[in-house]
Amino acid sequence: MKLARDTWLVFQRQLLLMVRTPVWIAVGIIQPLFYLLLFAPLLKKVLAPEGAGSYADAYQVYVPGLLAVLCIFGGLFTGFSLLGELKAGIIERSRVTPVSRLALLLGRALRETVALLVQAVLITLIALPFGLRVSPPDLLLAYLLLGLLALMTSAISFGIALMVPTDAAMAPVVNTVAQPIALLSGVLLPLTLAPDWLQRAARWNPFYWAVEGMRALFSGHAGDAAVWQGLLVVALMTVLAVSWSARLFSTRVR
Amino acid sequence: MPWQPFPVREFRLIETTGLRKSYRKKTSRRSGDSPTVDAVRGIDLSVAAGEIFGFLGPNGAGKTTTLRMLATLIRPDGGRARIAGADLFADPAEVRRRIGYVAQGGGTTDHVSAREELVLQARLYGAGKAQAVRAAEDALKAFDLTGFGDRPCATYSGGQRRRVDIALGVIHEPRVLFLDEPTVGLDPASRAGVWEEIRRLRTQGMTVVVTTHYLDEADALCDRVAIVDHGEVVAEGTPAALKREISGDVLLLGLEPGEDVAGRAAEALRPQPYLHRLEDSGEEGLRLYVADGAAAIPQVLRALDAAGVTPGTVQLQRPSLDDVFLARTGRSLQQS
Repeated sequence: MKLARDTWLVFQRQLLLMVRTPVWIAVGIIQPLFYLLLFAPLLKKVLAPEGAGSYADAYQVYVPGLLAVLCIFGGLFTGFSLLGELKAGIIERSRVTPVSRLALLLGRALRETVALLVQAVLITLIALPFGLRVSPPDLLLAYLLLGLLALMTSAISFGIALMVPTDAAMAPVVNTVAQPIALLSGVLLPLTLAPDWLQRAARWNPFYWAVEGMRALFSGHAGDAAVWQGLLVVALMTVLAVSWSARLFSTRVR
Repeated sequence: MPWQPFPVREFRLIETTGLRKSYRKKTSRRSGDSPTVDAVRGIDLSVAAGEIFGFLGPNGAGKTTTLRMLATLIRPDGGRARIAGADLFADPAEVRRRIGYVAQGGGTTDHVSAREELVLQARLYGAGKAQAVRAAEDALKAFDLTGFGDRPCATYSGGQRRRVDIALGVIHEPRVLFLDEPTVGLDPASRAGVWEEIRRLRTQGMTVVVTTHYLDEADALCDRVAIVDHGEVVAEGTPAALKREISGDVLLLGLEPGEDVAGRAAEALRPQPYLHRLEDSGEEGLRLYVADGAAAIPQVLRALDAAGVTPGTVQLQRPSLDDVFLARTGRSLQQS
């Protein structure tokens, strides 16, 4: 009860701040548009040997990957906003109040989750005229998976922001985390194109399971094992990431 | 409920014994051992209800660490502490409800107004929506923020921002308010304004603990001060009592520029029987500690004359808190 109330208070304030800096909203909408309009045509050619003859086929493969990458990276980079708040003393001011520490994290991570899900919906809508077809129940399940992904990566990113000693150290740490995640999850191209050893390595990457689940949902195979596996892996990771980060929110001194 | 009245029998609002904290020092190489730095080495405090209590000391003395421990932001390594009747170790959540804390840098968000910050802060302390709106309105009036309180915080001057910070710190009417270096970086007028606010809060029954490295602030504002150096309290008492411990007067001897003037002057003065102590304050000149300043002046001038040193200026001063610091640590606060 108190947790829900506190989370709502933090979330509300975070949303207000986002509305007051509309430039970020504009960037958030334009960036995925570019990915859709400028990268997908290229993909159509690349995937042609795999049997993707049309834009519709290419989008079926590409859009779930794009949505996953949006949530993974959007989440991972959100910690930078926390650095500013730490520097301005806003976190410290919150930490002397009886507000729940978990709420300090959840309110912020949920703001990012909502923002990323709005982007995801926009991308889905824009991709429809290009021939993307996905059933509403599958899509809702996909958004659930995406929401968990965003929550998890935001929590990780806030945790990193609380751990790094200086602002300058944040970027290399995040990039070092993000790069192998991206390469080993097949977000842009499906890993079926990859050699065996790379596919085996990818199985150790939890984000690979998420992306596989997304692709199954977008190709209408909600019954595939990949879907529940993806959801399970991401849900577990989210619990771990949130509890790790919430601990840091209550103990870290900065 | 955060606004509950406080039991009157709690006369000592803050009591600590042996409060300490050390940090592991970051070593660049893998040397195996990681030495620890004692930031605070065991602080015993007793602050009475309604007092303005000051921690005076140089930067790095452990003032802020102590304050942050008392405000539940850092967990102490050891010791005991009761704040406003709640145990710091057993019940930090209860301590949080009963105290307010204002960090040195404040903590306002640029894009929202003071009113919005005050409402949120009150709600974080558990107030309902209507209650929080009313508390914010009252705070805007009490701290004279109404003229700008609906503009974004980014537009405030340093003094305005500080008033907002303090208003945020006391929105829930805490029993104890902790202020970390409340007047750093403020112009003299804003500084006087902040002192005024602190005194006003005290008349409302609040106990205020401030850290400062300004001598005049400790002297003028605080009822009692603890002088802190290297994580320890080296002296504690009212400013007047502390200064009384330094017997006699201080003569501040300014010297004309010249080759080793200070050295020659010191050499000439050291054997003088009326001189208790002599400190070289660099730019300022020499500080001479004597029993009776007025009587010593002609003798000092004579001694200097005999040594061929021309004095520039001689000032008679009552001992300051800096002299107390100097007597206890061997260093001047202004230089450390």
